[in-house]
Order: sequence, then C-alpha cells, then structure tokens
Amino acid sequence: MTAIRVGHLYPDYLNIYADRGNIAVLARRAALRGHELDVTPLGLDDEIVPGAHDLYYVGGGQDREQLLVAENLAAKADPLREAVAGGAAVLAVCGGYQLLGRGYRGFHGEDMPGVGILPVETAAGDRRMIGDVLLECELEPGVRWTIAGFENHVGRTRLDPDAEPLGRVLAGFGNDGVSGFEGCRQGRVVGTYLHGPLLPRNPWLADWLLAQALAHRSGGDPPALEPLGDALERRAHAISAERARMRGGRY
Amino acid sequence: MRRSVSLAYPRGVRPSVPLAVEIAAARAVATLSRLVGAGGGTTVPGKLLSRLDPNAIDRLAARLPAGTALVSATNGKTTTTAMAAEILRPTLRLAHNAAGANLVSGVASTLLAADGAELGLFEVDEAALPQVARRVRPRVVCLGNLFRDQLDRYGELELVAERWRDAVAGLPAGARLVVNGDDPQLAGLAEAHEPVTAFGLDDPRRARPALQHAADSKYCIRCGAPYEYAAAYVGHLGDYRCPRCGHARPQLDVAARAVELHGLESAVFQLATPEGTRRVELALPGLYNVYNAVAAAAVARALGASLDEIAAGLSRFSAAFGRFERIPVEGKELILLLIKNPAGANEVVRTLVDGRPPRTVVVALNDEIADGRDVSWIWDVDFEPLLAGLDRVVATGGRAAELALRFTYGGLDEDAVEVEPDLSRAFDRGLALTPAGGELVVLPTYTAMLALQRIVAARGLARPYWERAG
Repeated sequence: MTAIRVGHLYPDYLNIYADRGNIAVLARRAALRGHELDVTPLGLDDEIVPGAHDLYYVGGGQDREQLLVAENLAAKADPLREAVAGGAAVLAVCGGYQLLGRGYRGFHGEDMPGVGILPVETAAGDRRMIGDVLLECELEPGVRWTIAGFENHVGRTRLDPDAEPLGRVLAGFGNDGVSGFEGCRQGRVVGTYLHGPLLPRNPWLADWLLAQALAHRSGGDPPALEPLGDALERRAHAISAERARMRGGRY
Repeated sequence: MRRSVSLAYPRGVRPSVPLAVEIAAARAVATLSRLVGAGGGTTVPGKLLSRLDPNAIDRLAARLPAGTALVSATNGKTTTTAMAAEILRPTLRLAHNAAGANLVSGVASTLLAADGAELGLFEVDEAALPQVARRVRPRVVCLGNLFRDQLDRYGELELVAERWRDAVAGLPAGARLVVNGDDPQLAGLAEAHEPVTAFGLDDPRRARPALQHAADSKYCIRCGAPYEYAAAYVGHLGDYRCPRCGHARPQLDVAARAVELHGLESAVFQLATPEGTRRVELALPGLYNVYNAVAAAAVARALGASLDEIAAGLSRFSAAFGRFERIPVEGKELILLLIKNPAGANEVVRTLVDGRPPRTVVVALNDEIADGRDVSWIWDVDFEPLLAGLDRVVATGGRAAELALRFTYGGLDEDAVEVEPDLSRAFDRGLALTPAGGELVVLPTYTAMLALQRIVAARGLARPYWERAG
C-alpha cells in the first residue's frame, strides 16, 4: 500500500463545480487498488512544500472567490513550479486552469496574476460558453480516449504556439470556441475547463493521474493499474458524450 | 396558433385593439392549450398578450387596487408565495401564479385570468425579477435567499446579485423591500434601500455544527474575510459577523424563535414581530420551510395583514404544488420531495434523516433546461447521511447513471444501487421495494417531478397540476 499525497489547493474558495467529486473518485479508485489517498487542504496561510505532495488539485471558483486566491497563489508560484519540475502531477479545472497560466484579464480590464506553469493566457470574452463538451485526447502515444464533461466559462484561453492541448474538441466550445482545442497538458500537468465533475465519467483520466502520482511517489515509471469494471462509468460517459453531440456549444 | 395571430401585422405596426379584446383573445388560447393537452395554459396566453401589446401587463397590474407584491429566491419562492396567499386570501381577492409560471409571460397570464383581483401576488424567476419589477411597479418585493443554482442557466451567483441590485435600484419610491437578513448578500443589497423589513431565524439550537460544503456567500461582501457564524442554519444563511470589518447580520424585524422540528410531519415555532409573538404550527417539514413561513409572514405584514391573520394562515397552509406531497398508492404512501440544488437538497436530506430515515428511496435526475443541464450539483449535495441508512436506492431519470456514480463514489455499496432511467418503471420498482403500509420517498428534480405527477395522475391517483394549483 502506498499513500498518495494530494495537496488540494483552496478547497474553501475553489469548489463551485463539485470539485470534491473529483477527489472522491481519486480516493475510491486508489483504495480499490490498495492505495490510500491522503488529502491535505492547502489554504491561504499554508505553504507549498516541493516534494511533499504527489498530486495537486485546483478546482473552479466564481470570479469573486478566484480573485480572492489569485494573488495568494501567484506568490507561491516558485515552490509550485519546483514541485512540478520534481514530477508532481497537477489537475486544474476551470478557474484553477486559468490560474495555472500566465494570467487572466477580466472583462473590465483588471488583471489577475497566474503562476505561469502552463503556457497559456486567458482573457474574458463577451459571452459565457456554457454546455456539454466532448474531447478526443491522446495522453499516451497511440492511446486515444474521449473525455466528456460540461463547460461554463467566460474566459478565452489561448495556448502558446508550441503548447500541447489536452484534446481536440469533438463537440462543444473548448478553450476559446474557435481553435478547436480544449485544455492544456504539459508533462504531468493537466488543465481543463471540463467539470461535471470531470473524473467520475472519465475514469481513465483519473487512473492516468493516479499512475503519475504513484510515479512521483516511487521515483520510477507510472505503474499499470489493475483495470476496474467501470460499467456505470461507461454508461454515464456515453450519455454525457451524447448530450455533447446533441446540444454541445457552437460559437 | 401563434403564427396566425401574431404575424397578421407588419413589424412595427401596432393595431389599436382595446385591452378587453386582447384579454378575450388570450384567454381563448388558454382554453385551447388545455384542450389540446399542451399543459395548463399557464404561460401561452401571457406570451400571446405580450405579442399583441407589450404594455398590457403594465396596464393590467396598474388596475389592481391593492397593488402587487413580488417574491424571488433561489429556493422556496413557490412555497413562500403560496403561504402569503393563504394568509391574505380571506381578506383580498388575489391574482397569484400558483402553478409556478414565474417569467413575465406567466405573470401576464395570471393577471389575465384573475378577473376582479385586488392584489397581485407573484413568485418571480431570479433572472426575470428586474423586468417584472419594472413592469408591474410592486409595493412589496421579497428577496428570500441566493444560493448556487443552475449555474449553466443563470451564470454565477454574483450575476444574479447584480440583477437584483438593479431591480432594487429601480423600485418605485416607498416600495418595501423584504429581505432575508440571514443572507449576507441580500442584507448588503438592502442597505441602499428604504423602507426595509429584515426577517430570519433566531434559534442557535437549530444551527448546523459547521458551514455546509456548498455554502456560497461565506466571505464578507465588504472586505472578503471569512464570516464568523454564531449560528449557521441553512447553507450560508445564519447569524454572521465579519471579524475584520464588522459587517454583520442586521437586526431582524420578523423572526422565528423556539423552533421545533418534527421530522416529515411538522415544524412549530414562535413568530416574533414588533406587534407581538404568536405560536405557529406548520404542517410542513424542515427548517427551510420555517424560513419560507417567516418570509411569507413578513410579506403579508408589509401588505397589511394582522399578526392573528398571519398565524392563522400559516397554520392552515398545507403545501405548495409539487414541493412536498403525500399521495396514497396501493396501501402505501408516496412522499414526493423536490430537489433542485445543493442547498435545497441538503435540507431535504436533513429533514429525512431527522425524522424516520427511509430504507428505500427513488432519486430522479433529469437534465432539461428547467432542471439545469449541468448535473454537477449532485456532487455538492451532502447525500451521505441519507445513504448511511439506506438498503436500496433506485436511480432514475435521464442522468440515472451519473446519479448512481454519485452514490457509489459516496460510499454506497454497488449492489444497493439500481439504475432504471425510465421514471415509470423506477416508480414501480420503488413501490415493489416498499412494504405494505410503508412510505416510499421519491426525490425528483423539477421536470422529473412533473413527469411523476403525470404518471400518478394517469393512474388515477391524483389530479393533474393545473387543476390543483388554484
């Protein structure tokens, strides 16, 4: 048994789209493989200690809450960057994704600093992009997955030319509604607008993150995790994917 | 139907038709709508009237001698409005949108149907409040609470708060604002207005030990520091104070004290007002209904009801359409409790667990526009205390599988969860699992609730909603 150490950033502020569902999925899927998920909330007054956590989770917040934590997180950019350079995995959803980029320019021109771990920048658009989304992605060469979720964001996120998106949009808006891409992936760091929450209906992504976290813990390669039945997960995924195809956003 | 009437005139040309003729035409449509089985005719006539004459609603409202009162809230607006109606009905003829049609069209339809009404009493959709308030020029506006709800439809909480701020700024001089003083966001919004009545709860024994997971406005609206709560009652509603800048709950004008909750049966409390205190026995469960009752009391008081009339009306009240129903079925009792967002569902769970916790429940999750297309909110509901006592849950509705995941990842054994997306079959399954003489608890989202009502009505067990909500 290995304890997978998760640092949950600002759970009191960034929790608007059922982020605790993602944590529950990671915990149970770890437990079913004989591991324990040891989750530590990291709030405004807590330090980020490189090496102390195998996986960081940053959820989504409303603008007001996001603003309350943005400067605090930006001040912790160095230790967080060091943790990532040391192989820690990160999942950042919605507001958390924006905060991992270089910054966010609000609708009224106000700037919110980011930590600059992902090569992306976000600016508020004039209307919210809301709806079901379906992506196709390839986190490991030759292994294709679809990811189904829900998006609700006014921010348009632009990737640097050499940045790797999380996936290609099959249905829905994605990063900015026009590029055809969604999210950003760099090594073990994943940022995405997809909530719903993300992991219950996309268990392969949960397992990928757990394997990356275990690799950080052991210092070796990501282990192959014993497959689970996932019958319900597949059903939920199929319905969510169908919703995206039927009624996902179009810009 | 709509095409043949509204496109008869070129764009921009407004025929001069007397209001009475417009009313007659729109009423005929209501009858037709029921005849063709399109529903209760609760919104179509209003839409038609608005097409014929966009200012008709203003004129209809202006004809009401006792004026208009509006009630908005994320949770409880239907019940609060129905309670206020029960209090006021003996003394005033009401135009009341009891079937829950709460957009501009629904208000217009209600005004159309209510011949000789003296007072307009309307629940209003959160997003529609500024427009409705501008049109009907209310005497009283009640803001009940603001929780996270259907973020896919309304956007963020702050956006709704901003709309309400605009609505308050545009109120006629002298209009009374009735606000939940226990909601920091709403109390803050009322600071810019006069006159104001603040209502709330005052019974720390009924407080939660901690703020719930899904609590929303928990940071000071002035300075951003986390509020400290002397008592947190429902979500972020409670007796709050900012330790940094001192922003605190206002003095309550109308309050519930000495609250006793009796499971699904009733709630009893002392209603304290400047005119005195009365005991109220409410035939509805849960602390959330005590909030609704205090809100209704404050609204009725603002409209001139006496304390005795208020206490008597609340004690007479049974339940608003579809929020809470007991229906006898084949020697068993069906208990329907609407769930629609984390704050409301948490209260339903708390009420069930505090009473006789059920062993079997049917939970129905749809994702139509009226339910919210984003189903992530189910993960913010604290279902766990309910799951702990369950032998079996039947997950149903369009997103049944998602619901089943919520329960299994929440710790319920996979064998204890049945997935049956078809509502009718899930209902039968729930009944089959319920022992003779027992209660079957069903927790549906909004459109699932409507569908269940139709299923129950089709089996001859209850009347359709447009016949009951009167």
